[in-house]
Amino acid sequence: MLKTFRIGGIHPKENKFSAGKAIQPIAIPAQVIIPLTQHIGAPCQPVVKKGDKVKVGTLIGKTVGFVSANIHSSVSGTVLKIDKALDVSGYKRDAVFIQVEGDQWEEKIDCSETLIKECTLSSKEIIDKISEAGVVGMGGATFPTHVKLIPPPGTKAETLIVNAVECEPYLTSDHQLMMERTEEILVGTTILMKAINVDKAVIGIENNKKDAISKFTTTAKSYPGITIQPLKVQYPQGGEKQLIDAVVRRQVPSGALPISVGVVVQNVGTAFAVYEAVQKNKPLVERIVTVTGKDVKNPCNVLARVGIPVNNLIDIAGGLPETTGKIVCGGPMMGKAIASVEIPVTKGTSGILIIPTFESKRDRMKDCIRCTKCIHVCPMGLNPTLLMTLTEYSEWDRAEKGRITDCIECGSCSYTCPSDRPLLDYIRLGKGKVMGNIRARKN
Amino acid sequence: MNNKLIVSPSPHVHSGDSIEKNMYGVLIALIPAFLVAIYVFRLDALIITALSVLFCVGFEYLIARFILKTEPSVFDGSAIITGVLLAFNVPSNLPVWILALGALFSIGVVKMSFGGLGNNIFNPAIAGRIFLLISFPAQMTTWPTPSVGSTTDAVTSATVLSNLRFNPDSLPAIKDMFLGFEGGSIGEMSALALLLGLAYLLWKKIITWHIPVSIILSVALFTGILFIFNPIPMFNPLIHLFSGGLMLGAIFMATDYVTSPMTKSGMLIYGVGIGLITVSIRLWGAYPEGVSFAILLMNAFTPLINNYTTPKRFGEVVKNG
Repeated sequence: MLKTFRIGGIHPKENKFSAGKAIQPIAIPAQVIIPLTQHIGAPCQPVVKKGDKVKVGTLIGKTVGFVSANIHSSVSGTVLKIDKALDVSGYKRDAVFIQVEGDQWEEKIDCSETLIKECTLSSKEIIDKISEAGVVGMGGATFPTHVKLIPPPGTKAETLIVNAVECEPYLTSDHQLMMERTEEILVGTTILMKAINVDKAVIGIENNKKDAISKFTTTAKSYPGITIQPLKVQYPQGGEKQLIDAVVRRQVPSGALPISVGVVVQNVGTAFAVYEAVQKNKPLVERIVTVTGKDVKNPCNVLARVGIPVNNLIDIAGGLPETTGKIVCGGPMMGKAIASVEIPVTKGTSGILIIPTFESKRDRMKDCIRCTKCIHVCPMGLNPTLLMTLTEYSEWDRAEKGRITDCIECGSCSYTCPSDRPLLDYIRLGKGKVMGNIRARKN
Repeated sequence: MNNKLIVSPSPHVHSGDSIEKNMYGVLIALIPAFLVAIYVFRLDALIITALSVLFCVGFEYLIARFILKTEPSVFDGSAIITGVLLAFNVPSNLPVWILALGALFSIGVVKMSFGGLGNNIFNPAIAGRIFLLISFPAQMTTWPTPSVGSTTDAVTSATVLSNLRFNPDSLPAIKDMFLGFEGGSIGEMSALALLLGLAYLLWKKIITWHIPVSIILSVALFTGILFIFNPIPMFNPLIHLFSGGLMLGAIFMATDYVTSPMTKSGMLIYGVGIGLITVSIRLWGAYPEGVSFAILLMNAFTPLINNYTTPKRFGEVVKNG
């Protein structure tokens, strides 16, 4: 029986052109640029300087504050400089430039492919290893994983949900990882269960990945406590709150964390990264990136080291098509359009989507005709057209009452609007303003 | 190779839905009713509808271009719909100059002077019909005999509802009313044709079931309860459902996006209000037909309903629901 979340949702065309394409490697270039902000939270403090020699896995950026994640070198070579570089945010931020020499890994890292199932570490030891390895949420949000695994006082986890949904159109990196590294993911899930002291885990998979559902259902039989839940193909099924509603039928209240309903959610790529961190002592230095698009010659899933320019991946996929209008890091609903192909792959780069020009431009905005389609599709039960109007008129109090801060920025409203109104743009603006007002009130 | 990249905020993909698609979808849903109208009223129906559309589109273009000095968008389909619905709300023998006045009122006063599509408070076609009804009561209540299904030779005849008022014991065949062979305005003829239109609108997700169903159910329940205590034709729920502009109003007029509430609970309140007011006017008011006034009155309540209702919020079902 297919479960799904209870409010709103859309079904954009799936366009999974790169489905089934085996993970392929990519050559390491002569130089990599590793940004010091690849996660939610404070940017890392560099712990290397010009001239330092590094290997794959050497710590180059240290956490600052509680919500932060370590950054490690993804190559071996010499540090060229610490300087500002353009990254996916559109801003120039601090990054470590490394001249590549060979491909030497830190001694403690186990580079073999053998599956290690046993883990005898305690919960705290597991979380420490995850923290050391700089593991962050691989679904794109890049929230530091070890922070999520330490529940706030007074809360307790009952279930772990592994987000193997990959609801964004075009993206297949999680899917391919699930097909090729099934057991590692299941071991990683078991380790996570141990970390938060639960004996139940559910892996949620959207129903357009039937081969993965089947493979996981069979393989998970030998892993106690793990069940596989097929989910309806609906966006945003992979949104944390929506996934929790679908799997355990509980809705996280406004302003609260998933742990308040006893759930911790981790992306399936994160579960894999946890396996590598805990069983192989391997910090997070590479990830699978889907390169795709309607006119892309060779849509593929590439295992890329952090720091490689996006341009190199586009070349592997057959080069930039003539019709290119926009390049998006991530999926078409929530990804970020980038201004240059020189920006580097980071821990959160789930995909590179190349959109043709005719699809890259928005139509002229018209007046709201109150068709209520945006309200109908909003997965958080908001009134997007009202929130846009309130933002236009700076009615921050009414916007706050209208739960503008609940918006998960999924884009379903703008996607649906027949008047081509930039609903999400205004809501983001209003959200920022209202959150600022809330912070100011607290101080 | 063009090196310039377009950079804009997410989402980077659009459903392709547009105002036109929804408006033309409504027009397609009106086709069955239009075909019945032509079958029953012949050429007159075609001429009145065509002229009404022409007047509405023409007035909107002229007002937008020359009075408001904005970019006319007459082909988004909304003026065409107003034209068709206005035509469906008048007798097929209405003098053309009166029709033109109705169109001018609908488009000019009710729609354009409030700011055009999206900004009007009242349903233009409904307000136009009421304007004509009040200004030209004789011409607006003299109905031509339908060319089929009628047993008399009369040139004009009353509608079922007006008949019921003055001859409370007359009992028209329900089947005839459902299929469309009783007197009335062009668009009020066949409940079956209109229901086909409703099915199309629901299938294409142009409207949801909330408004039509709440109107129909509240009319049925209100009259049904009265009918149980006093089974006279005047209280017969089926007669109320299939006569007058109820089906046309419930499916095509009350569901107008701009003038109906935005939340599901709001839509239900709106629908029940229309149902109750319709029946009240029909049974105890001065006019035999109440749908138009009911819709107009509830249009006035829409902003209030919008203010006091909210969509079902995520998180309101806190624990296991």
